[in-house]
Amino acid sequence: MLAMNYRGPHRVRIDRKPTPEILHPEDAIVRVTRSCICGSDLHLYNGLVPDTRVGMTFGHEFTGVVEEVGAGVHTIKRGDHVLVPFNIACGRCAFCREELYGNCHESNPQATAVGGIFGYSHTAGGYDGGQAEYVRVPYADVGPTVIPDWMDLDDAVLLTDVVPTGYQAAEMGGIQPGDTVVVFGAGPVGIMAARCAWLFGAARVIVIDREEYRLAFAAQYCPAETYNFESLKDPVVFLKQTTVIGADVCIDAVGADAAGSRMQTILGRKLLLEGGAVTALHWAINSVKKGGIVSIVGVYGPIGALVPIGNVVNKGITIRANQASVKRLLPRLIEHVQNGVLNPKALITHRIPLEHVSDAYRIFSSKLDECIKPVLVPPSARS
Amino acid sequence: MQNTEDTGTRVNGRGVDADPKNDPTYPIRHRLPAEEARSGWVRPAQQAVDVEVLRSIEYPEMTAVFGTSTPPAGLSGMIRRAAFAYSESSYLHWLPLVLADRINVVEGILDDLRRGRLPNGFAEAGGKAQWRYNRRRLIGGTLVRAALAAVLIAYVRGRVKGNCAADSQPNDQDGG
Repeated sequence: MLAMNYRGPHRVRIDRKPTPEILHPEDAIVRVTRSCICGSDLHLYNGLVPDTRVGMTFGHEFTGVVEEVGAGVHTIKRGDHVLVPFNIACGRCAFCREELYGNCHESNPQATAVGGIFGYSHTAGGYDGGQAEYVRVPYADVGPTVIPDWMDLDDAVLLTDVVPTGYQAAEMGGIQPGDTVVVFGAGPVGIMAARCAWLFGAARVIVIDREEYRLAFAAQYCPAETYNFESLKDPVVFLKQTTVIGADVCIDAVGADAAGSRMQTILGRKLLLEGGAVTALHWAINSVKKGGIVSIVGVYGPIGALVPIGNVVNKGITIRANQASVKRLLPRLIEHVQNGVLNPKALITHRIPLEHVSDAYRIFSSKLDECIKPVLVPPSARS
Repeated sequence: MQNTEDTGTRVNGRGVDADPKNDPTYPIRHRLPAEEARSGWVRPAQQAVDVEVLRSIEYPEMTAVFGTSTPPAGLSGMIRRAAFAYSESSYLHWLPLVLADRINVVEGILDDLRRGRLPNGFAEAGGKAQWRYNRRRLIGGTLVRAALAAVLIAYVRGRVKGNCAADSQPNDQDGG
């Protein structure tokens, strides 16, 4: 089969790899119909996540048709068209039973801190991902969800990660009616988080980024006030001035690849001595009001990082963070798509053949051609 | 761009998930009684371990399922095995893994060559997309890299010439 093949930082290609097989009674094999490149894939692409091995296939946002199921699979069957949450979750460990499906204890032997994630390095379990024609899906009775007949495939693929992650970012913010919410990052997740902030009753939503075309999109889509941090002398001072006492809630939707601080860039992105450049988180902690809430969905590596933890203590800030619990959120989010409350597919700017995966990564990584969200389409889904 | 007064009212679904009980505590929605959470669970069937899988020492046993992509191999594999002797809380776990990743890139190139394949760095880095959408930067970057390479080559050649010239000078001590 065709599959994306990681060759090292900033180098990926399409190759032929063996088609995956059932390795466990609860596995399914899915023929991929849509597969996104996620902003967090760029952390892998840029070489920021430890134990990212050459030869691996990335991709944790995908839909597909079930081709084969193991003997222990009962809720989905061959021919079902499913969306597959990025979390690999057993559904029965203590964490899954608490609906923390991103923290499963039975899917990632390499690290206890995170559950298994498709195509996200060996630090997240060593699974090949969905930027391929076929993918092995463990615990197929738990994660995969049959796509409703009425749902557009482009909406479905964004329900595997972007929408739940953006929604959970707002949810973890504990947003109360009347709150001012600042979202750092106008990538797909940041845009979705800003949109969802309104659903929880926010009165003012501000988005900070440096890409003008993304800010313009966020201004219309969310809708939100948008500011380019490169035009601000100091984003933290500006935000404190415009919110008077600081934001009620700050959301970090950037993660390890943040720009905006030379020191963080050198330590976190060049020397890899931090779990990424934590500039956005730094700004979030310093921009939120005393007693406010910082919600983190930006992805960082497992190594420590330089954040102003003293300010967290002195300001009495609550930090809430996690990988999105996709399965928990899906029923509500499917309702929101059906009712027109959320329109995920509007984020998709590029539909690119899987065979052109090298160019797709470059376009997304370098923000070429005003790219917001690229989707890879395998040959079988184009005919 | 400042919010206009009606910005929020234009949002379909505004406030539909407002929840005064969504207080900041912990992202657990369905909390188990403590004793139940720690009493274990009926484990899923164990996936057969027929490739080498490195396991965090923080896990007492292998998780029921795991990925089988790219088992550790070569020098990078040796470093990865050594890294897994340390916990996830240790830099001696993570920094060697970063080192192994970089060595693995060289191993990947050598592996390609061994299979008779010359890696196409330009294509793998999305050069066609750069050429189409960001030509000026691609050309600029290429020129800068070429200039740096030329300087490096000139420097090395200068050093070699200098050493040769020094070797051909008569040695006073030997000659005296």
